[in-house]
Amino acid sequence: MEVVAATKRALEERQVVANVSEVGTLGLCFAEPLMDVQTPGGPRIFYRNVTPELADSIVERHVAGGNPLSEHAIGYLGHRSLAPDGIPHLDDHPMRSMEQRIALRNAGNIDPSDLYQYIANGGYAALNKALTQMSPDETRQEVLTSGLRGRGGAAFPAGVKWGFLAGNPDPNKYILCNCEEGDPGAFNDRGILESDPATVVEGITIAGYACNANRGYIFIRHGHNQPIDRTRAVIEQAYELGLLGENILGSGFSFDVEVALTGDSYVSGEETALMEAIEGKRSMPRYRPPFPAQVGVFGKPSNINNVKTLAYVPEIVARGGEWFASIGTPADRDNGINGSSGTAILCLSGDITYTGLMEVPLGMTLRNVLFDMAGGVPNGKRMKLLQTGGPLGGVLSASDANLDLVLDFDVFRAAGAILGSGGIIVCDEDTCAVDLTRNLIAFCQYESCGKCFPCRMGMSHLLEVLERISNLEGTEEDLALMRNIGENMQAGSLCGHGQLGFNPVSSALRYFGDEFEAHILDKRHTGDCPEQVFSPKLTRR
Amino acid sequence: MDAATQSLISDAVNSQPQSTVTVLSSLLAVEDAIGYIPKEAVEAVALQMDATINDVWAVATFYPNFRFVPPTEHRIEVCWGPSCHVMGADRIIAAAQDSLSLSDEGDTPDGKATLRYNTCLGACAHAPVMAIDHHLAGRITPESAREKIADVLRSAASH
Repeated sequence: MEVVAATKRALEERQVVANVSEVGTLGLCFAEPLMDVQTPGGPRIFYRNVTPELADSIVERHVAGGNPLSEHAIGYLGHRSLAPDGIPHLDDHPMRSMEQRIALRNAGNIDPSDLYQYIANGGYAALNKALTQMSPDETRQEVLTSGLRGRGGAAFPAGVKWGFLAGNPDPNKYILCNCEEGDPGAFNDRGILESDPATVVEGITIAGYACNANRGYIFIRHGHNQPIDRTRAVIEQAYELGLLGENILGSGFSFDVEVALTGDSYVSGEETALMEAIEGKRSMPRYRPPFPAQVGVFGKPSNINNVKTLAYVPEIVARGGEWFASIGTPADRDNGINGSSGTAILCLSGDITYTGLMEVPLGMTLRNVLFDMAGGVPNGKRMKLLQTGGPLGGVLSASDANLDLVLDFDVFRAAGAILGSGGIIVCDEDTCAVDLTRNLIAFCQYESCGKCFPCRMGMSHLLEVLERISNLEGTEEDLALMRNIGENMQAGSLCGHGQLGFNPVSSALRYFGDEFEAHILDKRHTGDCPEQVFSPKLTRR
Repeated sequence: MDAATQSLISDAVNSQPQSTVTVLSSLLAVEDAIGYIPKEAVEAVALQMDATINDVWAVATFYPNFRFVPPTEHRIEVCWGPSCHVMGADRIIAAAQDSLSLSDEGDTPDGKATLRYNTCLGACAHAPVMAIDHHLAGRITPESAREKIADVLRSAASH
């Protein structure tokens, strides 16, 4: 914000006429704040870690003076014949070198609040194609052919899920888009809605057409103002242009979309809890059956999709399901291999040289992503541990075998982790596996909605035991005690929060059992543990 | 409760822009307008939504978004989610507590600032993260946290 203000001030002082746009993230978070300058006929030149002072010099020397500041530039985008002196092409940066952008195709390149820019970049060609050339069944078939699996965590085939709703004859049906992104380590849903909300609005409209639904909700956490404001802005423009509302593009198909807000609650990312939150209640999961495709939000048949899932839909319809299915790991149904088609939108954070957002084809190895693209662990340290797929996803050791895992939903599951939402937190050798596990369980305890007592009390009890172990006061019996609690949580909880809530502990025991033993038997820390254990506790009243 | 606050509450409850109005959306609108949920707001929401007072309290006490006493001048949030934890969030929390002379989250006795822990501020690539009056700041060190808090307390002192 200060950089934008400084830039506008600098332009005004020098009476330079320029168009200043705020765009969403390009994904290179390690270099943010990022600013790019394009002069007529020139390439876009990107400057890294821009301060208000640097913005002022960029305006003076580059915008007004025509001389790019190569020492502060991270790269340029544009035809290579335009290469400025001493500045590399941005696509040669390791972080972008192996990317394939589908859902993020517009991120960082268009003004996210301007639907015209989206349309000018090919937006709404897919909806137009679906409405004018395809029946709802054909549209759904295209998504089935694509093999698109839900990106919220469960990785269920989206086309099959749409089929449950399409088959319901009720005239009032809902498509819900879940951006209740409480997963620490994952910020890609937010990134998409900040950078290109229109692709999600087009995607949900196509999903509505394919399922004969008439209403959509995009559900965002209160306080995430940029995604909320930008999504609302493009929805409003879509209504003005006849791309939402009655009789869209003269096709006879009508669809309404609005943004609904939730309070801070991790569990409201669970599909039935999300419906409770949309109805304005406590976000606690419901019993199933009935399933959402029969009785969903406001008692009506509903279908829930993650932001990323819907963001792929326009390109799948525009370019065909076969094209999407050709990217990623192939299915081999005779041998029970489902395959994972398309790309993964990964969020890298923690002890890694290049943090940020990247979209890569599924089927790449973790080693490709973490070392070849993200530059490995900084400061010459050893990569020790990876935490993937959100707090319920568990931890992996950064062993050679695990680094050779390919990005595939089923391969990750077999390794005891979840690819899920795409968050990867990298930890170097200083991180203590026991302390991180305690932090993950503290998160899960804080976020348990409290409906099912095995989860509510199990999380509190697990946290108590883990605090004891972290403080070198654990006993040998504590490991069996934790397993017992975990089994009860898994058996006695309605939703994934309790069912998967033991994952952090079980996966940590699987890969880092020796560190638990060191704490319990040798009374020894195994990393840079905090002197004072900190676990905020919340009991929902 | 003064008439001005009462009218801010009823404006917030009665003029929500979206078409789906619920107990939760109404409470969030009040929190945005006046920064807390007084019992008068619970009553107004119950009346508007044809819900019981109990129903409204049930929602208000479930989500940690809501406070029930008037807000302080500044809101300081420190994230302790796993990414921030790995990058040293506990040292940031300790520095924030120390700068505000607090031993846990809560309000300073002089009403200048509130310290809150947050499970995820959604900017993990910039960890560790804090937010001051909803403005995110990343790659915080204990020293920069102290400076930012001192800055904001100074600005509170000036008006």
